Amino acid sequence: MSASLPLGLPWPESNLIPPRFDDLKTFHAYVHIPFCEFRCGYCDFNTYTAKEIGGLSQSSFHESLITEIDASAKILENSGYQKRSLSTLFFGGGTPSLFTSNQIEQIMTSLKGHYGFLPDIEITLEANPESASPKYLEQLAAVGVNRISLGVQSFDPKVLATLERVHDPDKVGPILKAAAELGLESSLDLIYGAPNESLDSWRKTVEIAASMGTGHVSAYSLIVEPGTKLARQIKVGELPETDDDLDAEKFEIADQVFQANGLPWYEVANWGKPSKHNHAYWGSADWWGFGPGAHSHLSGNRFWNTKHPLSYQKQLANGSPVAGIEYIDARTNLEERLMLELRTSTGIPLKVLAELGIIKSTIDPFVLDGSLKIENENLAVTAAGRLFVDRIVLQLLTN
Amino acid sequence: MAKLHSSINEVYLSPRARSALEPSLTDQDQIRNFCIIAHIDHGKSTLADRMLQLTGIVEDRQMRAQYLDRMDIERERGITIKSQAVRLPWELDNKTFALNMIDTPGHVDFTYEVSRSLAACEGAVLLVDAAQGIEAQTLANLYLAMENDLEIIPVLNKIDLPAAQTEKYAEELANLIGGSPDDCLRVSGKTGVGVEELLDRIVQRVPAPTGDINAPARAMIFDSVYDSYRGVVTYVRMIDGRLSSREQIQMMSTRAVHELLEIGVISPEPVVTKGLAAGEVGYLITGVKDVRLSKVGDTVTTKDKPAKLSLKGYAEPKPMVFSGIYPIDGSDYPNLREALDKLRLSDASLVYEPETSAALGFGFRCGFLGLLHLEIITERLEREFNLSLIATAPSVVYQVTREDNTEFIVTNPSEFPEGKIKVVKEPIVKATILSPKDYVGTIMDLCQTRRGTMIDMQYLGEDRVQLRYQLPLAEIVFDFFDQLKSKTQGYGSLDYEEAGYLPGDLVKVDLLLQGEKVDAFSSIVHKDKAYGHGTKITSKLRELIPRQQFEVPIQAAVGSRIIARESVRAVRKDVLAKCYGGDISRKRKLLEKQKEGKKRMKMVGRVEVPQDAFIKALSSDETSGTEKKK
Ligand SMILES: Nc1nc2c(ncn2[C@@H]2O[C@H](COP(=O)(O)OP(=O)(O)OP(=O)(O)O)[C@@H](O)[C@H]2O)c(=O)[nH]1
Ligand SMILES: C[S@@+](CC[C@H](N)C(=O)[O-])C[C@H]1O[C@@H](n2cnc3c(N)ncnc32)[C@H](O)[C@@H]1O
Ligand code: SF4
Ligand SMILES: [Mg+2]
Repeated sequence: MSASLPLGLPWPESNLIPPRFDDLKTFHAYVHIPFCEFRCGYCDFNTYTAKEIGGLSQSSFHESLITEIDASAKILENSGYQKRSLSTLFFGGGTPSLFTSNQIEQIMTSLKGHYGFLPDIEITLEANPESASPKYLEQLAAVGVNRISLGVQSFDPKVLATLERVHDPDKVGPILKAAAELGLESSLDLIYGAPNESLDSWRKTVEIAASMGTGHVSAYSLIVEPGTKLARQIKVGELPETDDDLDAEKFEIADQVFQANGLPWYEVANWGKPSKHNHAYWGSADWWGFGPGAHSHLSGNRFWNTKHPLSYQKQLANGSPVAGIEYIDARTNLEERLMLELRTSTGIPLKVLAELGIIKSTIDPFVLDGSLKIENENLAVTAAGRLFVDRIVLQLLTN
Repeated sequence: MAKLHSSINEVYLSPRARSALEPSLTDQDQIRNFCIIAHIDHGKSTLADRMLQLTGIVEDRQMRAQYLDRMDIERERGITIKSQAVRLPWELDNKTFALNMIDTPGHVDFTYEVSRSLAACEGAVLLVDAAQGIEAQTLANLYLAMENDLEIIPVLNKIDLPAAQTEKYAEELANLIGGSPDDCLRVSGKTGVGVEELLDRIVQRVPAPTGDINAPARAMIFDSVYDSYRGVVTYVRMIDGRLSSREQIQMMSTRAVHELLEIGVISPEPVVTKGLAAGEVGYLITGVKDVRLSKVGDTVTTKDKPAKLSLKGYAEPKPMVFSGIYPIDGSDYPNLREALDKLRLSDASLVYEPETSAALGFGFRCGFLGLLHLEIITERLEREFNLSLIATAPSVVYQVTREDNTEFIVTNPSEFPEGKIKVVKEPIVKATILSPKDYVGTIMDLCQTRRGTMIDMQYLGEDRVQLRYQLPLAEIVFDFFDQLKSKTQGYGSLDYEEAGYLPGDLVKVDLLLQGEKVDAFSSIVHKDKAYGHGTKITSKLRELIPRQQFEVPIQAAVGSRIIARESVRAVRKDVLAKCYGGDISRKRKLLEKQKEGKKRMKMVGRVEVPQDAFIKALSSDETSGTEKKK
């Protein structure tokens, strides 16, 4: 999904990725739909705006995804993984709502056939407001999708224009209402810190978002990614630079408004009823990421697919579409856990810190200055420490 | 560089001597000892390459550019740091000769290397870049050679360059050393043109050595290098008598006796010989492990038939600038000590003694010949010994006398004595600046702002001017040369020599972070410049110090008076709040990068200060601290 893929080792010739750790985690699936109608100026996700790329068409791309699903099942079985039903399934993008419900259904059928679904499976689909009509939601609900994540970003038309979003913010309410009526859970994605976004504009955005009755909100701070149109606009002075200090204030505003509206904070960028799928990432569970550029993690094996849909399709036809694999050792696994779990409200078990060799005298100063707290044998950030997680992790690992 | 090779092959190069003369059995009248001297980059090492090839001691396919620049750091920077002596066979009029050629460094920091090499020679090839003309180290090295009574062979190099102004500079050279412009040979070290004639000329013009072959042995040590495989390798010029392998030799200064384990010549790799005789240049290995036991300038004789009088030695190189070197990780202190001890084995000009800094912990105050020397030593310490270091801003040595007449030698600004000061004396240099005449005004302005006093000004040719100034060393040691270069579009060149101490109106400027004095940032400056200095250093540090979780006030002070202040605002957010999905690897790589970055940070009190801030804060380099802060 990121702009550049990390360097890794080649996919093993054996086609096997045996488990590297003993404990058996839950199993999840991510499906990447690499298409968008239009490329937003700030976005560096792995997505393409053409309907046809070479011999590849959006309308049949689900077939490639299904090929990868078939292959994955064999690899896991041969590698000695116990058969596990899926706990969550997430269609992300790109814009998954560009796929027809029929395409979604075929993918789900394949996954269900190979792996099975747990009864309480969470199936989320990322949708953009402009391609998420109530009718479409109804079709999705009918094929089994039960959660919708809507890319709203802002309710301020000016901010939406800066971000080059093409949807009408007034459409969001009706979509959410329809979702609720269909029994779909919902979530909103917001972005704060767009150039020229005022504190007031942001406050309105979060207030509207909080009033819409959704059970979950993600609020991300805008990252100016190198190579994007936004980066260029800022460089030539067409748009002002983003401001970290203002972002900090906006985070506090969001937090205050969401908490007051029954959406408790649970991760750096997330409020409300925790998404089970996100927890799989943060908790180093097992997941297979299907599709171009998608990342997978299976018991210490981290690998990622080649990014371009066409080369993905070609490589898939000849074997594995994996571009690189990384084998996580025990120590790295612990460091990853610290890096991820300290972002959550639950925090990280003190046991893990002990295993990392992080001693009390390293932790104490953070407890004393009020950025960390110890609760139920876990170390977690306080309200004051939330915005410094990266710095705290670095210091815990290096002090 | 790559092109160089192909162009060499276009010229026909062949060894001229059919057989080389055997060391220790060579008549002195068949020996010629010379060095190549020039301003930096005028092509000494490249000319030496052609000589190695032409005399056949390096085959074409083994040739590489600047063959004698053997250290990694020399190759990377494209400059010579250490002199190299090589024995070359050559034939003229059916007579075979042994030439000892010494390639020398051109940078002013390493002038002492040149003076040592000169003492081993009877002649010097004075090389001048035909596109640049005479520059400051051309003069400085010429004068050194004249003081040593050497035969000077003027040579214009790089005549292949389109920009070469051969006639004009031949005239300038003739003006400088006497004789006619036609005496000046024209060569290209790149194509090899004229190099044969040069070698012939050396045979014809450089006097043969005239030592007494029957006298007790006397050999002058002109270099001494530590090699981890072979121990100390000592380079000598035989003056009288002879030395043979397995003989007991004696150092005349200490009377210490060593067994001569190996003796030989460099051609251009070590070649073991039976011995060395009067007039020859070669090397000795005795098994000693410390260069200080085989000291440059000492005279070697034999135990059985010792000489009575030792040869005149060299003045020891004197460190000009001092800097504190500290390990970022305090636990590396013993490793740093060990590394310095090892480096000193091959660089006797490096001096150091332990010091402590309240801000930086345990380290060493080190003396260097100049800024390039400092840079090279710290780079070698980091690279060859895997250390992460902080170097504090270089300082010169002040002589301070307090009202109560106690005297202090201050090599570290933070040790500037408290209390009433009677007088502060600072080191002065005599600087020679050469430049085209158009830049005279600019140079005078520059010297003016650096508290210079003009000694004289003189035309060296129709448009080349020599300006001589008396300047405080502290004013030129840091960035004067860069300023000179940029203000003269690269045409100005500088040389300087010590010229004693003079009183100056100097004060110590302290720097405070969060109200605490940070000794490593203290500096001694002229009273009139204290305010400007304070403003500059505080604003630089504001750029250099990353934002912390708390505000960091930065102040500059003279005594208890604050003269400038800035502050680094507290950071309010340090967490990536973007949706990264399952791409954990990317996030971890970022963490790894931050960990690396942190290794280059030094905790000063509670404040993280980047390793290079200690130098950058005091440099006038405007591009430093470009990291943006909001
Ligand atoms: N065109 C041309 N370039 C030359 C010639 N001789 C040397 N150079 C170039 O000049 C640069 C400096 O050459 P060096 O031989 O390293 O000069 P140096 O005098 O040994 O330099 P230091 O030892 O650092 O004082 C290199 O880039 C050479 O390739 C020449 O005859 N013609
Ligand atoms: C996988 S992305 C794309 C989902 C969907 N196509 C959309 O744009 O609504 C999920 C979320 O990441 C956030 N995002 C995308 N680019 C970002 C950036 N440069 N900085 C911060 N957040 C970003 C947006 O809130 C987006 O909704
Ligand atoms: S719609 Fe989403 S994925 Fe597509 S370009 Fe915009 S932000 Fe990126
Ligand atoms: Mg050289």
